[in-house]
Amino acid sequence: MLTFANLTKTYAGGGVAALSQVDLAVQAGEIAAIVGGSGCGKTTLLRLTAGLDQASSGFIEIDGDRVTTPHPAIGIVFQEPRLLPWLTVRDNVAFGLGDQPRAARRQRADEALERVGLAGYGDRWPRELSGGQQQRVAIARALAPRPKALLLDEPFSALDAFTRASLHDHLLALWEESRPTVVIVTHDVEEAVTLGDRIIVMQPRPGRIYEEIPVDLPRPRDRMSPNFDAAKRRVLKALDNSLNPQHPPGQAAPAGGALWW
Amino acid sequence: MTLQAPAAHAAADMDGDAPQQDAAGRARTARSAAGRIGGVWLVGVILPVALAAGWELAVAGGFANGRLMPPPSQIWSELARLAASGELWTHLLTTLWRVLAGFAIGAIAGTLAGLLTGASGLARQALDPTIQALRAIPSIAWVPLFILWLGIFEASKVALIAVGVFFPVYLGVMGAIGSIDRKLVEVGRVFRLGRVQMATRVLLPAVLPEWVISLRSGLGLGFMFVVAAEFMGASEGLGYLLVDGQQLGKPAQILAAIITFAILGKLCDQALVVATRPLLAWRDTVRARL
Ligand SMILES: Nc1ncnc2c1ncn2[C@@H]1O[C@H](COP(=O)(O)OP(=O)(O)OP(=O)(O)O)[C@@H](O)[C@H]1O
Ligand SMILES: [Mg+2]
Repeated sequence: MLTFANLTKTYAGGGVAALSQVDLAVQAGEIAAIVGGSGCGKTTLLRLTAGLDQASSGFIEIDGDRVTTPHPAIGIVFQEPRLLPWLTVRDNVAFGLGDQPRAARRQRADEALERVGLAGYGDRWPRELSGGQQQRVAIARALAPRPKALLLDEPFSALDAFTRASLHDHLLALWEESRPTVVIVTHDVEEAVTLGDRIIVMQPRPGRIYEEIPVDLPRPRDRMSPNFDAAKRRVLKALDNSLNPQHPPGQAAPAGGALWW
Repeated sequence: MTLQAPAAHAAADMDGDAPQQDAAGRARTARSAAGRIGGVWLVGVILPVALAAGWELAVAGGFANGRLMPPPSQIWSELARLAASGELWTHLLTTLWRVLAGFAIGAIAGTLAGLLTGASGLARQALDPTIQALRAIPSIAWVPLFILWLGIFEASKVALIAVGVFFPVYLGVMGAIGSIDRKLVEVGRVFRLGRVQMATRVLLPAVLPEWVISLRSGLGLGFMFVVAAEFMGASEGLGYLLVDGQQLGKPAQILAAIITFAILGKLCDQALVVATRPLLAWRDTVRARL
């Protein structure tokens, strides 16, 4: 279980808190999708969880273990693939398996590549892959050490709708196998509803949680079904409200179609 | 059917084939670039060949006497004489050994020092000002001290060359580390690399291209300093051939030594480029594709 307790982050240089008193518990095996306007602290939240930055106050725990530096049970996929260009695709995937013997590393990496649909690409250079393929390698790299929690920061935002949909399926298939806890940040409401067991809507200045919306639809989810549509509408409305501070949580806003990003 | 087939093909290729087309395009660029470079190379040769031929004709025709500036044929026969007597190879190998020994020491020290000051703020604050101050000293100024400390034989020469090689390598590595993309370093942090692992698995590979460039300029300086070192008193080496040619008034020998230097330097640089090429195969740069 991933727990955030009273988490606050103010960047050096002061100003409004990027993250203010966030309390959240993501259950083991749950997929939490975080949406919210620009600058509401989504990336900040993931960076703190990955141990890349330090919280100003409050704490993060994974299964009762405090996270202050990068934690072996937590993997992260950034918005960009961030593959190391001097390593082959296979060696990139094996990058986090440093403690294992060479043969085992290679085998684990090839397995991970196969699971993201890139079997046979191991000997290529990252530059020889398309953007979507590179992002799949990044997911394989994060999953290869078998983390208990996987963080994804807008991992598919640079991809076209087709590629994105197929990567959603890939991601869900991977999740089915080992059921890690997943926290995914996205700008795409459809993506959030497709993937999330729960959708966390955040609000900026200071960054905080505005509303939590459970999504009780069975998987695989039918993007055309009325229930899916209803969930989407609910998230959109919450986003709208979160950006119009005169409406407290839960109340409907009059401007239903306003741009929330 | 006819409409569907290409569409299905395109869908299947959506992310699979694009890089291969890219590779084909690259090969095409490479071919045309090779042609262009071949042409440029030929153009570049016209001037020296014309000058050499002109001088040869001028001396042969009696328009110039060629005593201080011997014609190419005379330089060539001097080279052939030195080669046949074995002298050329002795001097060449001596010089080469000195350069390589000094280069190895200077390059290793420069790389380690550059890594240290590049990766650690404390080390940079503590060491870099001193190293920069030492760099400001013209390297040749060290010669008297080195001779006092290390004697007049090989050690002082190799030390001078090592000093010359050290600074460009040090500066290149330190500067390159400072400009490594933070995003890649974070990948190392996420996988909890220790200091040494971070240096060997992220920092060093990331600076490889700049490292090779700094090694090449270091090697060039190494050749500059080997001449200086051999001027200071040597009984062997290409630099000795130069001094000897001056003292005995043999311009053909001087020019033969100069030409040997040019060829040796070029070959060493080329060897360095070829040796490091496999390390840089991953680059996605304009130059790599030419
Ligand atoms: N390194 C930093 N130094 C100072 N302020 C920062 C830094 N990173 C982020 N911030 C500030 O913190 C706030 C939250 O930023 P964050 O990147 O977490 O937002 P986000 O929700 O990820 O936004 P987006 O959807 O645009 O990616 C913003 O106001 C931003 O200006
Ligand atoms: Mg962000």
